Amino acid sequence: MSAKNFRKMFFLGMLAILAATLMAANSVQAQQKNIILATTTSTQDSGLLDVLIPMFEKKTGFFVKTIAVGSGQAMAMGQKGEADVLLVHSPAAEKKFVAEGYGINRRLIMHNDFIVVGPSEDPAKIKGIKSTVDSFKKIAASGALFLSRADKSGTHSKEMGIWKATGINPEGQKWYQQTGLGMGQTLNVTSEKKGYTLADRGTYLALKKNLSLDILAEGDAILLNIYHVIEVNPAKFPKVNVAGGKAFADFMVSKEVQDVIKTFGVEKYGSPLFFPDAGKKEEELGK
Amino acid sequence: MGLILEGIYKAFYLLFTLDPEVMGVTLLSLQISGTATLISLMMGISVGTAVALTEFPGRKFVVSLINTGMGLPPVVVGLFVTIFLWRNGPLGFLEILYTPAAMILAQAVIATPIVMGITLAAIQSLPRNLRLQILALGATRIQMVRILVKEAKLPLLAGVMAGFGGVISEVGASIMVGGNIKGYSRVLTTATVMETSRGNFDIAIALGIILLILAYFINLVLTHIQQRERPR
Amino acid sequence: MTQSPPILEIKSLQVRKGGILILDIPALQIEEGELLSLIGPNGAGKSTLLQTLASLTKVSAGEIVFKGERVAADHGGFAYRRRLSMVFQDPLLFDTTVFENVASGLRIRRMKKKEINRAVSENLERFGIAHLLQRSARKISGGEAQRVALARAFATKPEILFLDEPFASLDPPTRESLLTDLEAILRQTGTTTLMATHDRMEALRFSDRLAVMIGGKIFQVGPPYEVMNHPLDEFVASFVGVETILEGTVVKADQGSFLTLVGEKEIEAVGDIVLGDRVTLCIRPENVTLAVPPGHQATSARNVFPGVIEKVVPMGLYYKIQLQCGFPLVAYITTHSLENLKLKAGKEVVASFKATSIHVVKREPCQESQGLKGGGETN
Repeated sequence: MSAKNFRKMFFLGMLAILAATLMAANSVQAQQKNIILATTTSTQDSGLLDVLIPMFEKKTGFFVKTIAVGSGQAMAMGQKGEADVLLVHSPAAEKKFVAEGYGINRRLIMHNDFIVVGPSEDPAKIKGIKSTVDSFKKIAASGALFLSRADKSGTHSKEMGIWKATGINPEGQKWYQQTGLGMGQTLNVTSEKKGYTLADRGTYLALKKNLSLDILAEGDAILLNIYHVIEVNPAKFPKVNVAGGKAFADFMVSKEVQDVIKTFGVEKYGSPLFFPDAGKKEEELGK
Repeated sequence: MGLILEGIYKAFYLLFTLDPEVMGVTLLSLQISGTATLISLMMGISVGTAVALTEFPGRKFVVSLINTGMGLPPVVVGLFVTIFLWRNGPLGFLEILYTPAAMILAQAVIATPIVMGITLAAIQSLPRNLRLQILALGATRIQMVRILVKEAKLPLLAGVMAGFGGVISEVGASIMVGGNIKGYSRVLTTATVMETSRGNFDIAIALGIILLILAYFINLVLTHIQQRERPR
Repeated sequence: MTQSPPILEIKSLQVRKGGILILDIPALQIEEGELLSLIGPNGAGKSTLLQTLASLTKVSAGEIVFKGERVAADHGGFAYRRRLSMVFQDPLLFDTTVFENVASGLRIRRMKKKEINRAVSENLERFGIAHLLQRSARKISGGEAQRVALARAFATKPEILFLDEPFASLDPPTRESLLTDLEAILRQTGTTTLMATHDRMEALRFSDRLAVMIGGKIFQVGPPYEVMNHPLDEFVASFVGVETILEGTVVKADQGSFLTLVGEKEIEAVGDIVLGDRVTLCIRPENVTLAVPPGHQATSARNVFPGVIEKVVPMGLYYKIQLQCGFPLVAYITTHSLENLKLKAGKEVVASFKATSIHVVKREPCQESQGLKGGGETN
């Protein structure tokens, strides 16, 4: 029965190799070396973190677990102490987050802007209108299709803020559709359906070649998309990696990183995707 | 159509040039799903056989639980495993959230009921007196179970393939408990979702094709074992 | 009969399933080297008894003693099980070659390769299937499969062989051939065998003793001829093939013979019966002779009754005639006789049977027989 024995050995061998591989993969990360960074899908999709995270890891030896979800979920994770540091862009919700004691050291990192995109035919005729609020009013009036992420992300919050300013409630209207998806996918759906949507410039630029959407409104102060880094409050959650969170936040405001942010995207898209703002005050932005 | 052809072209390009990121993701898929399937095999076949051969009060209830488990929505499993593995959750002390270990755990939870249910049905569909015949040949209980499992080889291997197929193609739970972290917990399925949402359709299709090729070869091997005539 | 101790002994054996008593055997002893057949209708408990004796079913009460040692119930029966073999109605072969199948019992016992090869070829030869050595078990006929199952059972040199209706699924010629071979092999090896069957002819043919089981109990056990011709009660009688069973009251008794009033007819029979006793008369159809009036001669038969044929049923090699002669009567007649006498439904005939051929049972049926060795009891 040596054939049988061989098979038994082979089987056990495979098992051993698999187990060993996984244990090796796991054991490298001793716990205090791990940082859980909760951020948004649009931030990750922009590709900026693919550059910054390796830099940080090399420099500090920490291992960063980047969990890219919507701003809403990121902050919910912070509220449960399931993340160490957040990189989000939803100012109103962030302020509340800090006020309620979940986060500390909220620091400005960078900003980019939102744009309103739509089909080149522009059925609602919003091109050229300076005020985004007015553009939205026109879209509602014309009944042109508008798609919303509706996922409590930073983009979604911004969109809701604008609707609030218009005094119109789009919920339930038949020209208003909610995808519940990330920015990239929402853009794809909008392009397919020839509708309007609010998007961050970064994701739009990254996907532009596959979309048949044009930028129809931009530059308005209300369209600013501001990013902050917030450390999760260790006083409230003792299991948080305090040193790690702080190290990452410090890293993000460091000159080195701010310089990287300044030039990120220029080569690929012709213009930078983000504008570094560390040290400035939020109110100053909007040039 | 052109997009799919582009994707196929890209798939082979990535494979032939042994693109490191793609190789890494593929290997990790194999490791994680392979380990999860092995675990589900060990638990599924042992428990499935035990339940098939034993009478005990509440047996029908247990069997219907197993059968329900076969259809567990993977994403629901992912959600529950995530909640358990949270730092403040009951298993938080393990600190394995957002690691491959968590993915193996979730995938094992998904695959085990499948293997268990199919094993249960397979053993029960053997002739009723076969068990007695084996005992009458002088077998110990362990020998008997081994022989029965061998006799049910055909449907059991189908169960293994079903379990493996279920987890190698799984994405919802894998993203939730794994975090899709580059080079660490990113596998073929989760990478495909990410590339799609970024709009990189050619890469997404390529990854999808690689996943299909991978699944095909694994199943080729398993099918060969299943259908092989015993020569001697 | 021999005086050596029984190889297998049962004491107050009871098996319950779901609270219901399905097997109830106060005592039974099995001689070494004998072939005991269990016959009885479906559900009589034959399979249960075999499985219990093979330690495959849990005993609810009582004990089994093998060669003087008590067999531990269920799990502990393992050591005992290694000394026996069992073959079922379904050959239950494994999905592999014939060689591997026959070798399986030996592999389980971890015997050496050489030993296994020898035992396998020896037993394949024995059953005439040596040519099937490398064939896949899925690709052989039913008869061949059952031979493989038997070879597999013999390969482990069992001290007791249990056969649970092993020929029931085979067509007659195959069954015939296998029965003949098995009989010869059993005589040669002298293996103690317990066989369950519901084919009376099979049981008659090669058993040393016959046990009739009904409803989980053994009603009678003894040499075949005796059980068949002297059934202890109606149940046994009807099962062993007594076709005419009549009830009546004894109206005259004298010198060992007596008259029973059945309906309006008086039937003479022989037995130790008292006037007024209520009895059951069992008349085997083979013992009934028919004649067509006016051609019958004076016979010594004490029972002669004119009657009418109600039904003629072909039974293959002979015919079963159902007649009414004041009471229902069944006779077996050869094809020749049927044709010669031109017997058919509606014909008037005269039936006769000897007083000494009638088996008499007193009306209270006997309780199940005790384990009787040697001769059975005539009422």
